[in-house]
Amino acid sequence: MQIYLPIAEMPVDVLFVLGMSAIVGFISGMFGIGGGFLMTPLLIFIGIPPAIAVASQTAQIVASSTTSSITAFHRQSIDFKLGSVLVAGGFIGSILGIFMFAAARRAGQLDLVIVVSYVLLFLIVGSLMLRESIKDLWFKYSGRPRQLSTASHHASYLGWPLRMRFPRSKLYCSVIPVVGLAFFIGFIGALLGVGGGFILVPALLYLFRVPTSVVVGTSQFQIVCTSLVALILHALTNQAVDIILALLLIIGGVFGAQIGARIAKHLKAEMFRLLLALLLLAVGIQFAFDLFVPPKEPFSISASERLP
Amino acid sequence: MRTSLSIRNLIIGILFCLGTNPAQAEKIIAALSNTRVEISSEYTGSSITVFGTIERDAQTVPRVGPYNLVVTVRGPRQTMTVRERQRLGFIWLNRDQQKFQLMPAFLSVLSSHPLEEITSDALRLKFRIGMDAIATAQDINQFQNPNQENLFRTALLRLKKQENLYHQSTQGVTFLSPSLFSAPVILPATAPTGIYDVEVALFVDNTLLDRHYSNFELIKTGFQQEVGDMSKDYPLYYGLATALAALFFGWLANILFRRD
Repeated sequence: MQIYLPIAEMPVDVLFVLGMSAIVGFISGMFGIGGGFLMTPLLIFIGIPPAIAVASQTAQIVASSTTSSITAFHRQSIDFKLGSVLVAGGFIGSILGIFMFAAARRAGQLDLVIVVSYVLLFLIVGSLMLRESIKDLWFKYSGRPRQLSTASHHASYLGWPLRMRFPRSKLYCSVIPVVGLAFFIGFIGALLGVGGGFILVPALLYLFRVPTSVVVGTSQFQIVCTSLVALILHALTNQAVDIILALLLIIGGVFGAQIGARIAKHLKAEMFRLLLALLLLAVGIQFAFDLFVPPKEPFSISASERLP
Repeated sequence: MRTSLSIRNLIIGILFCLGTNPAQAEKIIAALSNTRVEISSEYTGSSITVFGTIERDAQTVPRVGPYNLVVTVRGPRQTMTVRERQRLGFIWLNRDQQKFQLMPAFLSVLSSHPLEEITSDALRLKFRIGMDAIATAQDINQFQNPNQENLFRTALLRLKKQENLYHQSTQGVTFLSPSLFSAPVILPATAPTGIYDVEVALFVDNTLLDRHYSNFELIKTGFQQEVGDMSKDYPLYYGLATALAALFFGWLANILFRRD
């Protein structure tokens, strides 16, 4: 069954897009991440113009993070104070990300910016997580309890000026690194059409030692707010949000995510982190190939806005 | 170099005018099966037929050669930038580029015979007959190296053909009788909305006898049109509406799948 997308100006197969978003939703539900980093490249692959893929995917991120934020709110696992600081930094990052997106598109290097960012992010985040999860597994099977660094092992950046107390997260630290992290996530989120959960979650866990129970809820809260701004900015500056495509992605994603979340319950935490790390590395390596291997078709066309 | 080229064109032009003056008698009468192609939600592409006849007034002596027709359909114009990925250190990235101004987003060149048999290279270039002639005439960015320019033009045409947006067929025009013709134009679903110009050119013995112009419009209708207009005219409301829809579905999913 085909449906014509009014903004992308092309027909897509409804069942195919629903199926694709359900699979990505399944993975994202399983790992508690948005899944934008998988969906955006897939959409570009089936011929959706990159700008429209990124912008419409943002709507799906809003929907999926709303669902998890409400759940987290009922469980009282959102640190609203930390969340608000993250949101403030994320807003500024989003706005700059949108401008960067438009500038890179004009310069003809949008593809390069997206690919290089993906490669760097996935390889770095993936290998850090892989290291952590291998350590976890190692300690588990060798029978010794792992020494997690505690408050006494504060990293120096936490002691910078402008300190703030976040009681819910058992955190007392400078707001500068927190805002910096949020800024970075807002920036790449708007640029790449990803929510940034796959960076925010490990960063809060490992860099700020925020308790696991608070991390996911707070990061989802931050992602709802940042992606809402990104969505509206994409509609305003690039007119690239395709509402029909967005609805298909949302519907498919919702169902996939529910199944994924149910399966995740039966996965062991260490195994879960190992799988996520491998997934990120696999996507990163896939993109790296694109950058380093001689292209089959070196030429590409980009058309400017239509002339009157 | 430039001046000699334009003088050559001028001479060709004069010769051409002299050649065609007595030939006003042949006239193309053509029409389109549709002057408005509407895009609805189920749209998966369309086709339109150019049909017509060649009329000759009674005094004119019948020509020896057969009638040759070239039907050119041009979609809305765009500025296209062709980029080439080249190696820089370890990575491959877009380096050289070439701009093509006023290139049609959609192009279909249908003829009754191979274009080389219909008319000369120079006349094809002058009257923009055929895909290569159109791409050559349009580009404005002058490269130092003509080979390189040619490389980009070839790449542009190749990529557009792959997307099914450019198409050239030497069997695209069918004669139903010696003077009655029809040419079906296939519009893929990815063809952009806008005005499509249709040009029918009549050649006999390598000379252009008449040209006929018409156009049709490819537009979104109903819901498709409303969404498209809203996103352009009221981007803020459109963005807010999408955001509200996303929030609503997020909330709905939470209600539907609540586990506790």
